[in-house]
Amino acid sequence: MKTSILPFGPQHPVLPEPIHLSLTIENETVLEARPALGYVHRGLENLVAARDMHQMVQVVERVCGICSMIHAMCYCQALEEMLDIQAPPRAEYLRVIWSELHRIHSHLLWLGLFADAMGFESLFMQLWKIRERVMDINEATAGNRVIVSVNVVGGVRRDIDEDQVAMIEKELVTVEREVKQLSLTLLTDFTVKKRTKGKGVLTREQALELGAAGPTLRGSGVAQDMRQLGYAAFKDLDFEPVVETGGDSWARAAVRFKETLQSVDLVRQALAGLPQGDLAVKAKGKPEGEATARVEQPRGEVLYYIKANGTKHLDRLRIRTPTFANIPPLTVMLPGLELADVPVVVLSIDPCISCTER
Amino acid sequence: MLGKLLNLGQRKSPWLLHFDCGSCNGCDIETLACLTPLYDVERFGIINVGNPKHADLLVVTGTVNHRNAKVLRKLYEQMPEPRLVLAVGACGCSGGVFRDASNVVGGVDKVIPVDVYVPGCPARPEAIIDGVVAGLAKLGPDNGQGGQS
Repeated sequence: MKTSILPFGPQHPVLPEPIHLSLTIENETVLEARPALGYVHRGLENLVAARDMHQMVQVVERVCGICSMIHAMCYCQALEEMLDIQAPPRAEYLRVIWSELHRIHSHLLWLGLFADAMGFESLFMQLWKIRERVMDINEATAGNRVIVSVNVVGGVRRDIDEDQVAMIEKELVTVEREVKQLSLTLLTDFTVKKRTKGKGVLTREQALELGAAGPTLRGSGVAQDMRQLGYAAFKDLDFEPVVETGGDSWARAAVRFKETLQSVDLVRQALAGLPQGDLAVKAKGKPEGEATARVEQPRGEVLYYIKANGTKHLDRLRIRTPTFANIPPLTVMLPGLELADVPVVVLSIDPCISCTER
Repeated sequence: MLGKLLNLGQRKSPWLLHFDCGSCNGCDIETLACLTPLYDVERFGIINVGNPKHADLLVVTGTVNHRNAKVLRKLYEQMPEPRLVLAVGACGCSGGVFRDASNVVGGVDKVIPVDVYVPGCPARPEAIIDGVVAGLAKLGPDNGQGGQS
């Protein structure tokens, strides 16, 4: 039997974003997958020459619209380290609240797309319906649904008052209840299991060797989460990484599902312990030197490296995003699969192409 | 007669093709949010399709770069006429926050003609729906009698 090469993407119904995969197939079985990137590359890191370091906060927010707040938080933390300032405790708690809200909406978004990739449209609609509640919280507290733009170097721009705390707590009760109701469908349904169990297996050794990150890594049984570093207010909060040992698509979906509920709990903890005080400290001066910061995005570890040369523009900005780390594991997951399972497995790493290519 | 029928079908149930052309995902998830229960444009017959040959409406989010300009032009050429193009978000309209970036050509109108510009960073679902409605007016007058003509 001769092999043939099938292009997958860049424009494909299941993919919200353009990525191209050249699939070498024999009959229906995938033998090899070669990714080709570059459809979303904008050259964001080079913008440091045109925008000064405080304006760059608005640019890095738009590295990825889904987890924009977390990107800006990571950039601000790196710059704060270089300027030798510390964000006030209230700002750190508020950052945790908004970043965990972003994680909830990102995971619900992904679980919905994942269901859609399997053709389970009603589950997709249900999950996105729950997600709108989180978007409402974002809009009520930060003024925008998607790109909330709350971070500044040295703290945050916006406060959450008593009424908003009550509103968030009330909405989260509903979110938690509705997500739990879907657990029966999402984790135990026969169709879902049939499409995901044992598909796209990544063993623990492969995950470590290929440098997988985030839920892809934790789905293969490695308890590694950047929130364990205790950045922002995570040092004061009770937190254990979610781990599954299957290494297949189902395990990755289960990790994200459980993390959604965990994030609801983290937001509650942060709201309960929200200290009084200032929102930001003044960030002055033109620094010199290098700094790195690592935080946990919904998709895994994101690393920011910045280098400054004593002017108001940074010398270099380098962003290492989780999807970039998860593409090599993807090339290991795909061979041996049926062609019909490829979309589901590609989505199971939660690809965020605009992060990867910047 | 057939033309009238096709025009009616397009105006009353436009099918859209969504292409992410280098956006930050912000506008993409808002475009998808239009299709989900809160906004639910499917009740008006607006369906998201994956095939350009089935689509009446091309929704483009994000800036154009040298690599995806070819893909965008190809998608546009594959769509049957009359077709509408919606540039969604500040990036799609003009390049937005990325206009000075090294690999950015500019807005969508540098590559294909655009009918409706939807501003916002990201554009809100209400704005996107409003943009679609504004675009449909270009396909012909609506006499306000539903399916009757």
